Amino acid sequence: MRQYLFIICLFSIGCKSVCAQKANEIKLEDLQEILITPNKQIQVINFWATWCAPCVKEIPFFEKLNAENKEVAVTLVSMDYDLDPNPEKVNRFITRKKIQSRVLILAETDPNSWIDKIDKDWGGALPATLIVNTKTGKRKLVQKELHEGELEKLINEVKN
Amino acid sequence: MDIMKQVLLLLCSVLLIAANPMNGYEVGDQVTDFKLKNVDGKMISLANYKNAKGYVVIFDSNTCPYSKAYNQRIIKLDERYSNKGYPVITINANEGSGDSYENMVKISKKKGYKFPYLIDETQEVAKSFGATNTPHVFVLSKDLKVAYIGAIDDNPRNESGVTKRYVEDAVDALMGNKSVPVTKTKAIGCGIKWKRG
Repeated sequence: MRQYLFIICLFSIGCKSVCAQKANEIKLEDLQEILITPNKQIQVINFWATWCAPCVKEIPFFEKLNAENKEVAVTLVSMDYDLDPNPEKVNRFITRKKIQSRVLILAETDPNSWIDKIDKDWGGALPATLIVNTKTGKRKLVQKELHEGELEKLINEVKN
Repeated sequence: MDIMKQVLLLLCSVLLIAANPMNGYEVGDQVTDFKLKNVDGKMISLANYKNAKGYVVIFDSNTCPYSKAYNQRIIKLDERYSNKGYPVITINANEGSGDSYENMVKISKKKGYKFPYLIDETQEVAKSFGATNTPHVFVLSKDLKVAYIGAIDDNPRNESGVTKRYVEDAVDALMGNKSVPVTKTKAIGCGIKWKRG
C-alpha cells in the first residue's frame, strides 16, 4: 500500500514538470479579474500568439521569471483566437516548448470592443506585456519585444 | 522663480514627448507628406497624386499573418476606390529579412499589386504616423487631414463574417461629404518590427 502511495505521489509531483498543460479559454471578465484582484504577487501578463515570431522569441524570459521569481505570477495570454479559434495550435505549442507558466486563451471576437478595457494605451499590437501591482494599482505596459533584463527592471518599477 | 517654473515645464514636456515615441497622428491632424521608394524603384509622395480627393495609407508587411489575411481585401479596396480619386498606398516599415525590399518586390509581383508598396527604411514615416500594427490604416482627406485610423474591418479571419467595414465606411463618407461614422478602431495585429535602440 505504502509503495502505491509513493508511486502516486511521485507521479503527481513529477507530472507538474513532465505532463503538458492545456490552455484554458477565458473571457474578458476573467482577464480583468486577474488585473484587479488584490494579490501578493506582481501580475506579469504577456499577450502573445503562436504566429508571432517576436512573441515566441521572448517567451523564454517569461518562463525563466516564472521558475525563479515567486514574487510574481506569470500568465501567457494567447491572442490566437482572433485568427484561429481552434485551441489545438496553442496546446501543441505548449507541449512542444514544455511551457510551465500558466497559459490562457482569450476567447473573444471583435477586439475593437475590448482592447481599451485591457489597457487604454494598448494599440493591440503583439507582443505586449502588462505588469500590474494589484495592491497599489501601479501598472506598466510594454508594446514591444522584451530583451534580457528588461522584465526585471519593469517589475522593480511597479513593486514599490 | 517664474522662469524656473517655465523652464521646468518645458523640460518636462520635452521629456514626455521623448518618452513616448508612439504618439503620432490623431484624427483631424494634418499629416506631413513623405517621399518613399516604391517596389518599381520610383520615389512616391502623396503630392504625386494631383487629382486625389483623399488617400488610403496602409502600413503593411510581407510576413504578418494579419497582412496575409487582408491581402485580397486591400486589393479590393484599391480596385474600388483608386479610380474614384482615393488611391491606396501601402508602406512597409518592418525590420527583418522577411520584410526586405527584395521580398516586397516579389510579393507585389506575385499578388499583382496595382498600388504602390513603399519601403520606409528609416521607419520615420511609420513613427510620424504613429503606426503600430500591420495592417494599420490611415484614411486621409484631400487636404491630408486624418479622417480615420485603425483596422480595415472587424473580422480578420473571415471576410464573409465582416459586419463593420470601417475603411469603406470612412472613404464612402468622405466621398459623400458626410462625417466619418467611426473615426478610430483598434485591432490585434503584428507589432511593427522596430529597429533596436
